Amino acid sequence: MKTNILVTCLAALFFSCGFMAGTVAAQEKPYPTRQITYMVCFDPGGQSDREARRHQPYLDKILKQKVIIDYKVGGGGALGWRELARSKPDGYTVAGFNVPHIILQPLQQEVGYKTEQIIPVVLFQRTPLALTVLATSGFKTYQEFIDHARKNPGKLTIGGSGTFSGYHMATLRLEKLSGAKFTYVPFTGTAPQVTAFLGGHIDAIMGTSDDLTRYKDKVRVLAWATEKRFPGFSDSPTFRELKVDLVEAVDRGVAVPPKTPLYIIKKLEAAFIEIATKPEVMAEMKSQGFMPIAMGHEESTAYITKMTGIYKELTVGLKK
Amino acid sequence: MLFSWDYLLQGFATACTLQNLMWATIGCLVGTLIGVLPGIGPSSGIAILLPLTTVLPPTSAIIMMAAIYYGAMYGGSTTAIVVNIPGEASSVPTALDGYAMARQGRAGPALAISAISSFVAGTLSLVGLTFFAPVLANFALAFGPPEYFALMFMGLSLVISLSGRALLKGIISMALGLTASLIGQNPLTGASRLTFGSIEMMAGINFISVIIGLFAISEILINVEHSVKLMYDTKVRDWMPKWADVRQCIGAMLRSTGIGFFLGLLPGCAPAVTTFVAYDVERRVSKHPERFGKGAIEGVAAPEGANNATTSGGFVPLFAFGLPTGPALAVLLGGLMMYGLQPGPMLFKQNPQFVWAVIASMYIGNVILLVLNLPLVGMWARIALIPFPILGPLIILFSVIGAFSIRFMLFDVWVALIFGGIGYLMRKLGFPIAPMVLATVLAQMLETSLQQSLLISQGSPLIFFTRPIAAVFMVLALASIFRGVWVQVRNRGPEVPLEDEE
Repeated sequence: MKTNILVTCLAALFFSCGFMAGTVAAQEKPYPTRQITYMVCFDPGGQSDREARRHQPYLDKILKQKVIIDYKVGGGGALGWRELARSKPDGYTVAGFNVPHIILQPLQQEVGYKTEQIIPVVLFQRTPLALTVLATSGFKTYQEFIDHARKNPGKLTIGGSGTFSGYHMATLRLEKLSGAKFTYVPFTGTAPQVTAFLGGHIDAIMGTSDDLTRYKDKVRVLAWATEKRFPGFSDSPTFRELKVDLVEAVDRGVAVPPKTPLYIIKKLEAAFIEIATKPEVMAEMKSQGFMPIAMGHEESTAYITKMTGIYKELTVGLKK
Repeated sequence: MLFSWDYLLQGFATACTLQNLMWATIGCLVGTLIGVLPGIGPSSGIAILLPLTTVLPPTSAIIMMAAIYYGAMYGGSTTAIVVNIPGEASSVPTALDGYAMARQGRAGPALAISAISSFVAGTLSLVGLTFFAPVLANFALAFGPPEYFALMFMGLSLVISLSGRALLKGIISMALGLTASLIGQNPLTGASRLTFGSIEMMAGINFISVIIGLFAISEILINVEHSVKLMYDTKVRDWMPKWADVRQCIGAMLRSTGIGFFLGLLPGCAPAVTTFVAYDVERRVSKHPERFGKGAIEGVAAPEGANNATTSGGFVPLFAFGLPTGPALAVLLGGLMMYGLQPGPMLFKQNPQFVWAVIASMYIGNVILLVLNLPLVGMWARIALIPFPILGPLIILFSVIGAFSIRFMLFDVWVALIFGGIGYLMRKLGFPIAPMVLATVLAQMLETSLQQSLLISQGSPLIFFTRPIAAVFMVLALASIFRGVWVQVRNRGPEVPLEDEE
């Protein structure tokens, strides 16, 4: 008899627990209640890592949970994003991601994830690109450069980081818009790209704003692929001022796995937007040559969809 | 960024504060340890300690990280000499003669000379860094894709001398190495190659796991087969090198300093490349090249000096332009930037105390390492006295940990194990292993620079001969290839296989 009561009690307890868990899951679980893993898909010490470390102390404070940084490096970020797409959608795994990487990689080949599987929480930083020559170069203006390229198709070399990358796309878009032909020379990263450029081994680069800020006294920016002139380079025009509709940048953000509940995304979004709009964080980014931005979940999703359209059109016929 | 005694002395003052001395010593200790453990290289070592940057002041943190980097170069030779297991690519040439010396009971002198040579080359190249950094910085910029290709091509031509009499086997071994490096993504275009649709393989074959497999795992397999009780059974002849040994190596130390330092200025010429070059040069200038591979003490001094000189050389473009020459310095650069220090010409102007403190600390670090390492020689040399049934599994354990720690991927462990099997077969069949290692180390630079050069020249290979620096390297490479083949054809010249054919 005694055991019967015990069994009944246990069963009741068990069922009520199950029932309660069911209802709570249907609504909202408290989040976050344990440590969060922030995955970095590039080498330690790289810019993505530095951004994660910039976020880390603030996240600890805002979310009141420990945030740890984990590396999943390989395939130009693809390995990490593939891992993200397969992770549990519980908000305890987030990863840094880059646009246009997550759009272009799946367009090029099977990489184990699809662009739609990278659910953006925030885009917090923009790194605009600019067509740049050395300060000692004979090309004083964009027009001189383009005129030379028109007369000598394929003779001028433009360096960038990797093919099927933002740098490559910017060069292709410039060719399309200007009618000139260049030779695009890819490098394994921005460091070797800048080295070869400073040594005068390539004629021009699609440079990133942070590199250009660092080597400001050695370079001449012919045109920025931005909407407005870039701070600190007020003498250099934008492509738009030159009647070339080219805006191109590498954006950094943070994403979660597909099917992550919206309330978790919102919670993370609020935290990251709060960090991205902190005056000290913005000032830091600006001094390093980045553009601080704060695009939330919906805005980022729309932006990625828009860019996907542009790149799809551009890469048609690019693959063999 | 010009040199001034004031700044250097101030730097020494900063570096000599109790706190900074402590961090330099910790860095040296950690570095030595990282170097000794197979597979765990300086880049992972520094990366693991990066979070410390949030607690330490910048000067102390960078002093410690730099110490880990050059400290690892001291330690890297240990396992290469004592048990024929180079922990990093840069210690592969050290193993060739170092292990031969150990088998003759001279592990002690080999270890000691590697520490002494590291110290001499490390210190001399620091003098280069101290006084000539601004002048030399431009050297890195003189190298564009065609120059890199020519340099890598020359590096590859060392296969001829590394394979000795077994030239055909050496070339096959090189070809296998190059093929293995193709696995993964094209470094420039990202296109997948030889991945057989596996996403895991897209990450590519990392050459550290290849080295762990080829040397550590296959060495163990061979020993298991022979059911040995000890790695080698010889009486220890002497613990310390004789004065004559040291004198014999002075030339090697100076030459390797020069080679290591200048090649170290170039991005991409990680110590792995320079040690091979230094070893080869030493063998060429030697009056008795036949002694190499059989325990020539200069064959230990040269690569060990070169890799330390390379580390100092690498700081020139790092400080002057913010350009890292290898993965370890890239992580270090990340550390600098986390502090908001922008390397480049401005760094010397805006933060001279910091730059000179780090440089000064490196002089001190080299002394610490010498003091630390010489007394340890006896201890390391005794590793080989551990009974093999204990030592063997330990080596496998550290190898697996090392392979995993490269990128924290189980895939790399599998690569190491598979190459362990390949290495075992190669040893059984008398294929030299060094050419394969050299090929995997050079492959990526060779490929990317070839692709870039031909893009720049619009497909004309003449670009390698019309630019002076490239032309010099190409001529040297071709000359060494023709000479090697000629010696081979003329049959059994003075060249001898460099590795034990067991």
